[in-house]
Amino acid sequence: MCQDCGCSAGSGRKIIEVQKNVLASNTSRARANREILEEHGILGMNLMSSPGSGKTLLLEKTIARLRDRLSVGVIEGDLETDRDAERIRSTGVPVHQIVTGQTCHLDAFMLQGALHHFPLEALDLLFVENVGNLVCPATYELGTHRNVVLLSTTEGDDKPAKYPIAFKHADVMLITKMDQLPHTDFDTDRAMRDARVIRPSLEVIQLSARSGDGLSEWLDYIERAVQQLRG
Amino acid sequence: MHEFSIVQSLMDAIEAHAAREEAESVSRVVLRVGPLAGVVPHLLKTAFDTFKARSVAEAAELVIETSPLELTCRDCRQISTTDTVRFKCPQCSSLNVEAREGDALVLERLEMEVTDGPT
Ligand SMILES: Nc1nc2c(ncn2[C@@H]2O[C@H](COP(=O)(O)OP(=O)(O)O)[C@@H](O)[C@H]2O)c(=O)[nH]1
Ligand SMILES: [Mg+2]
Ligand SMILES: [Zn+2]
Repeated sequence: MCQDCGCSAGSGRKIIEVQKNVLASNTSRARANREILEEHGILGMNLMSSPGSGKTLLLEKTIARLRDRLSVGVIEGDLETDRDAERIRSTGVPVHQIVTGQTCHLDAFMLQGALHHFPLEALDLLFVENVGNLVCPATYELGTHRNVVLLSTTEGDDKPAKYPIAFKHADVMLITKMDQLPHTDFDTDRAMRDARVIRPSLEVIQLSARSGDGLSEWLDYIERAVQQLRG
Repeated sequence: MHEFSIVQSLMDAIEAHAAREEAESVSRVVLRVGPLAGVVPHLLKTAFDTFKARSVAEAAELVIETSPLELTCRDCRQISTTDTVRFKCPQCSSLNVEAREGDALVLERLEMEVTDGPT
């Protein structure tokens, strides 16, 4: 190569303009996953939050309330142990645990593998409990139809400002553990305002899986999404 | 911390392009990253230095260009850009802003040495 100006004269240097998203292969796998779900008329929902925000308890309560009307499956990615998968399994719905090892998120290829473990013909609704982490999962599309972010009143209303990425692709934010609100200084208006800076169309539902308050609004949200998918 | 996964995907793309061009080596990798891409640039670099060993990009330099976040102020209508995650209108200091873009994670360009050129 020309050492004086770095030009490529007389050298074998080639510049390739790629201009492609680094995660393009994950994105196309996610698209294919969505097609598989839609072929079977299944609505996919991706639940994301910090560890301990209430994903598993909400799923248990949701399944108990929905199972008469909808056939539900659950993919568990939140693993320290297989405790969460066991909790869901005891409700009687099909559950598959993805063993992520050290990985801090699920990706579309992991979801593809997990889909093989379900009787897809029979399902109406597939929940994915993502790894407990408010940053990494947001970067990886899975192919689900709705991104659900949980924020508990006990973890602080500054999370949307501190971790905006989690909210950028969220469709609905669930403010969980509302029964604990009086014992915290959590400001629901502030959490909503900060999250909507990054995602103006964000829907917000306040609920408590423990007391059951707000659950019917969440169930309505799910049923609307199912209806929308069926057209 | 998923920078290792990101760099794994990046290495796959680099290897594929290098193979297609029959390149001897890759000397420069230009990545464009926005403040909402969810990655920390210096962690990307660390991960890249780990993964590039014994690959076609062994001697490559990773250049990270930043891609701005666009803010629209709902109070004074000012549109501004920022390279950090800071949701505040620079004109009127309002926090009532709307953020767009800023999540780019794009492999822009590869520079490689190919064998068939004159030496
Ligand atoms: N007070 C209260 N505690 C809750 C509620 N939902 C979950 N929890 C508790 O919070 C802890 C973490 O819940 P879990 O569902 O395992 O969270 P995950 O890590 O997001 O799956 C458990 O001890 C739950 O019993 C709620 O609505 N109110
Ligand atoms: Mg859990
Ligand atoms: Zn302004």
